Formats: sequence, structure tokens, C-alpha cells
Amino acid sequence: MSEHELRVSKIRNGTVIDHVSGGQALNVLAILGIDGEAGESVSLGINVPSDRLGKKDIVKVEDRELSQSEVDVLSLIAPEATINIVRDYEVADKLRVERPDFVTGVLSCPNRNCITQANEPVVSKFDVVDDGVRCTYCSTIVREDIADHLDVD
Amino acid sequence: MRHDHLISANQLTREDIEAVLDRAADIAENPAAFREQQAGSVLALCFFEPSTRTKMSFDTAMKRLGGDTTDMGSVESSSVKKGESLADTVRVIQGYADAIVLRHPSEGAAKMASEFADVPIVNAGDGAGQHPSQTLLDLFTIRENAGLDDLTIGIMGDLKYGRTVHSLASALTNFDARQHFISPESLRLPRSVRFDLHEEGAQVREHTDLDEVLSELDVLYVTRIQRERFPDENEYHKVAGEYQIDLDTLDAASDDLTVMHPLPRVDEIAPEIDETAYATYFEQAHNGVPVRMALLDSLLTHE
Repeated sequence: MSEHELRVSKIRNGTVIDHVSGGQALNVLAILGIDGEAGESVSLGINVPSDRLGKKDIVKVEDRELSQSEVDVLSLIAPEATINIVRDYEVADKLRVERPDFVTGVLSCPNRNCITQANEPVVSKFDVVDDGVRCTYCSTIVREDIADHLDVD
Repeated sequence: MRHDHLISANQLTREDIEAVLDRAADIAENPAAFREQQAGSVLALCFFEPSTRTKMSFDTAMKRLGGDTTDMGSVESSSVKKGESLADTVRVIQGYADAIVLRHPSEGAAKMASEFADVPIVNAGDGAGQHPSQTLLDLFTIRENAGLDDLTIGIMGDLKYGRTVHSLASALTNFDARQHFISPESLRLPRSVRFDLHEEGAQVREHTDLDEVLSELDVLYVTRIQRERFPDENEYHKVAGEYQIDLDTLDAASDDLTVMHPLPRVDEIAPEIDETAYATYFEQAHNGVPVRMALLDSLLTHE
């Protein structure tokens, strides 16, 4: 058992999101809409030493199994993440983070003149392109610091 | 046209474009044959920003097809002034008309409107986004004067905010066109347009000086550099002055050069050019009617 696993205890049932880029754990929770209100236990490791990433974050959510589509949204801010579904302390399934074709309602368009920034009944939508995302409405491309544009409570 | 709406030039294939241009050529040749083509149809004109050419040419186009138009009027005199959303405005107006022409100051407005409308939406300019019907008449003009294949075109001026430029650059990727973009550094093409051109494998070069490329050009497409794009008056005059053309500028150009401009111009093209064979911008503006007739007829008949 490695040092970082000792920092955050094992869970019985739920999801372990490992190899999240250092400092992005809270954004992962925000994207997944996990704020503790549903009563689930959440454990976080932030800036844990990692051979592969230098520093990584790790998120453990008890009693909730993430779907593939939820996992795919994480690819925008945590492309290296690995997801293990845990049942009765054992890894029951491993999900790969795959880039989705588009994401809806997760990011806010940085173009202040975009129609999604006006007072209109429209939800933001971004097409996922090679090395970033692109607003479906105004075509603005975001490549750097995508997490800065998260539009989640 | 197989499309329900015309939102962006990016959606147009070469086949789409040629179908509209061919129909426009038929209309220009024999307008009488199309006089009753859209009898009984109504086109709504929704211009949230001022317009002369685009609005009047759509109005004329619909009437010359035997249809009629209904005009939202200025924003000041409409429900928008009371705070109505664009989505609601579109949902209401689609009940009055068979198609809606929309100009709006926000990028993506036409795309959003199309999601709320069951009738065709034509994007007549969305902020600094797209202006695809202008592109169709630009392409018609280029085809008539220089041909659309083996074309070397220079596009000059405000490439960053110029929606006619964004649409034209995108549409030209359907043809064998070498595109030269000439602008001050601060008004280069936006990243999204450069991305699309790259994805399409377009032959593109960027310049800050027209002289670098003028002699190679078949077409020079000039656009207006707007005062409000610069922090101060001096900087504007200095930069804008470098992208104005007169007869001296064109000394190095081919005799067959076609000079275009989406208009209105301020002083980008000296009036002395108007009477030369280079000047094609008034013909270009006139082409707005047959091309928009073709576009409307195509959208309304789904052909």
C-alpha cells in the first residue's frame, strides 16, 4: 500500500477518482454536482505526491457510482483521471475518461457578447475539439485554463 | 437547399453554394419567371441593429418573388424595449411569417433563435460572428468576375470583428482559393476562424502589408476598420490609413483585379477608383437581390 492511499481511507461502496491533476479536486466535485447535501461521504486528497503526475488529487465518493457520461465531462479538467467503481471494498469496474463530443451546462462562455451570456433561456453548450472546447453558439475556442470557465454551483 | 436555416457559412457545402448561385443566375437572367414564385409567403425582417443594404435587399428580394414582408421595426419601437427575450420574440414572430431574417448584436443569436423557431431563420449578422447571406452574394460576384477556382483573393481590413470576412473565408474553403489576409496585428482573424481554415486545409497566409501580395491577387476584398476598435483617435487614424486604397496603391495590381467591399465604406476605397474597371462593389451590392431571392426561394421550397 503506497503512502497516498494511507492518507485517505478505503471506501466500501462508491467511486474513487484517482490521478486528478493537482489542485482540481474541488472542480471535480463541482462538475459532478457533489456538495455533500445528498448526504454522501466524500474524502479528498489534494496535492498528494504522484510518480506519474508529480502531484495529484484523489476523490472518493461513497455510495455513489458515477456514470460514463459523468466521467467523460471530467476529461476537460482531469484528462489523466482513472475511475474505479468500488463494491464491498473491491474494485468492481474501471472506467476510462473519454472526451465527449460536447458538454452542456458545465462551462460558461468567456465571450461576453455571446448569446449564452444574455438574458435568454439557453444553456451553454461546448463542442469538444482537439485541444480545447468551442462554444456551439459563438464559436469561441477555449484552450487554456478551462476550469476557470466552470459554470457550476 | 437541404438546410432548414442559414446560420453560418460553415454549414454550406460547395454543392449548396453552387445551387444558390445557379438559381441566382437564372433569376438575374429572367426575373419575370420568378415573379409569382413565393406569392402568399411572408418574410419577417427582425433587425436589432441598423441595416440598409441587407434589410432593403431582403425586402426587395421577397417582394420580387411575389411575397410580402413584415418588419419588426427598430428596437426602440418594439417589445424588446420592454425586456422581451429574443427567444420569445422569435416564437411570436414565427406565427406571423414563413421565414425570419434576423440581425442581432450578440454572437450566436441566430443559432439560438433557430432552436426556438419552426420556420427558417436566416442569419443577417450576429455580432462579430457570421453573415452568410452576404457571403453568397460575395461568391456570386466573385464567380461572375474572377471565377471561384484557381482564385487568389486578398481580404483586408478588420478581420477580427468583420463578420462578412469570417463567413467568406469559411465558404471559400469549398473552392480552390488561396486566401491572403491583410490587417493590422490587432485585427487579425479570430482564433476560431483560423482554426476552421486550418481544419479544412485551406491555403492561407497572413500579412500586415498589402504590397506583399497585391500583384498576385485576382480579387481584393476590402472591409472597413471601425473607429471604436481602437483606444484612441490617433491610433485609429494611423492604422486605418495604412489599409486604404487609391489609384496609386493599385499601380502594382493586375489590370484584371476585382475590388470588392461589403459596404458601407468610409474612406477605405478612394472615390477615384469608383469609375475604374477595378470597382465591383456597387455591382456586388446589387447582386444582393437576385442572390437573396434565390436563397429565400430555396429555403422556403426546401430545394
